[in-house]
Amino acid sequence: MSHTITPINANIRSVAHGESEPPNAIEARGLGKRYGKRWALSECTFSMPAGKVAALVGPNGAGKTTLLHLCVGLLRPDAGAVTVLGYAPAAQTKALLARVGFIAQDHPLYKDFTVAETLTLGRKLNPHWEDTIATERLARLHIPLDQRVGKLSGGQQAQVALALALAKRPQVLLLDEPVASLDPLARRDFLRTLMEAVVEQGMTVLLSSHIVADLERVCDYLIILAASRVQLAGDMEMLIASHKRLVGPRRDASSLAPLRRTHTIIEESHTPRQTSLLVRLNGPLLDPTWEVQDVTLEDMTLAYLGQPPESEAGK
Amino acid sequence: MIDFHLDTHTGAPPYVQIAQQVRQALRLGMLRVGDQLPTVREVVEKLAINPNTVLKAYRELEHEGVVASRPGQGTFVLRSLAGEGLASHAMLRRSLTQWLRSAYDAGLDEESVLALFQTTFHQAPREQRTGEEDTA
Repeated sequence: MSHTITPINANIRSVAHGESEPPNAIEARGLGKRYGKRWALSECTFSMPAGKVAALVGPNGAGKTTLLHLCVGLLRPDAGAVTVLGYAPAAQTKALLARVGFIAQDHPLYKDFTVAETLTLGRKLNPHWEDTIATERLARLHIPLDQRVGKLSGGQQAQVALALALAKRPQVLLLDEPVASLDPLARRDFLRTLMEAVVEQGMTVLLSSHIVADLERVCDYLIILAASRVQLAGDMEMLIASHKRLVGPRRDASSLAPLRRTHTIIEESHTPRQTSLLVRLNGPLLDPTWEVQDVTLEDMTLAYLGQPPESEAGK
Repeated sequence: MIDFHLDTHTGAPPYVQIAQQVRQALRLGMLRVGDQLPTVREVVEKLAINPNTVLKAYRELEHEGVVASRPGQGTFVLRSLAGEGLASHAMLRRSLTQWLRSAYDAGLDEESVLALFQTTFHQAPREQRTGEEDTA
């Protein structure tokens, strides 16, 4: 099995001319961050249009948290640059933080505070705070304001963290693994609340996740991060539509050469009789001997992460 | 009012599935002219999906002239699809039943029949699918 890295520039341009071009909410250009000798993130380039709900997908340790921390100014880049709403996060932190919400991994909250006290804290710390956004949301979810945060379930704590972030009325909301620790039901509830907020407040969202389930229905932009690099970035539907699984009689390297000239092979596997590929089509497929199958977000993501999809075992 | 559901295991994008379900409801008469489609908010609440997906589906239906959106009010059905091709259903079903019988006579099992249908369906370009009639 080979693993090909796709140049992302072409793809970003193809995405940009979609509908009327909205300004970009997040732009990264050659962005890199180094811890000692190790690059946690390198040559990261993408432009995420405003109004998108983007998924930042990749295995643990791929650099997702590093990228998010660079976006809110918690880290300073060692290479390249990132801008959020036109601001450089590390240099213009104050101006940016008034417009950006960030929920760190495991949604850290003061466990001894009641929910009401937590909201008071948020009100005192944020200039554009709107209490009713948080209180109405929490009332709808039947989360009591007089309860201590530490006594709430994991799902409820996540909802409190989200309500806090939404009440500051951010234009961009960044979430680091918001659903990783939640059970499937709480995960769906959390994403539902997030999507309702997108309807009401019309913000740009970037959420990282190593769980691909549920992202397809929630996100319309995708960034795949693996081995500290961006493997793929662009409009979710267009990316899924341009990737296909091709199954056909066994080919060797030389007979695959014509295919490679136009298309990009992301993943290939061979048996003595059969060849199966996951390709990114860059034009019409001329060879009719391939059986062409649609792929799911999971198939595509796993191919870029270089792992065989789990579902494959059952087929 | 109709309810949408999403099948995330097919390759069909969510917006395509929603548009299909509206058309299907129209064909089956579950939606009629003048009916209101669920609001974006209602669909988002029900399915926990991206609101842009719902908007995209509704925009596609609007392009097709099936629905119209009235600002501040919602999206309403403009024309019905019921009856479209309904008359030929019985005949098509008969010839499909015949085809199935000959497939089973030829020794194909259910899985092979489905595989054959699916590969033929996917391989025949849409232009070819309309037009010529296959009498096999």
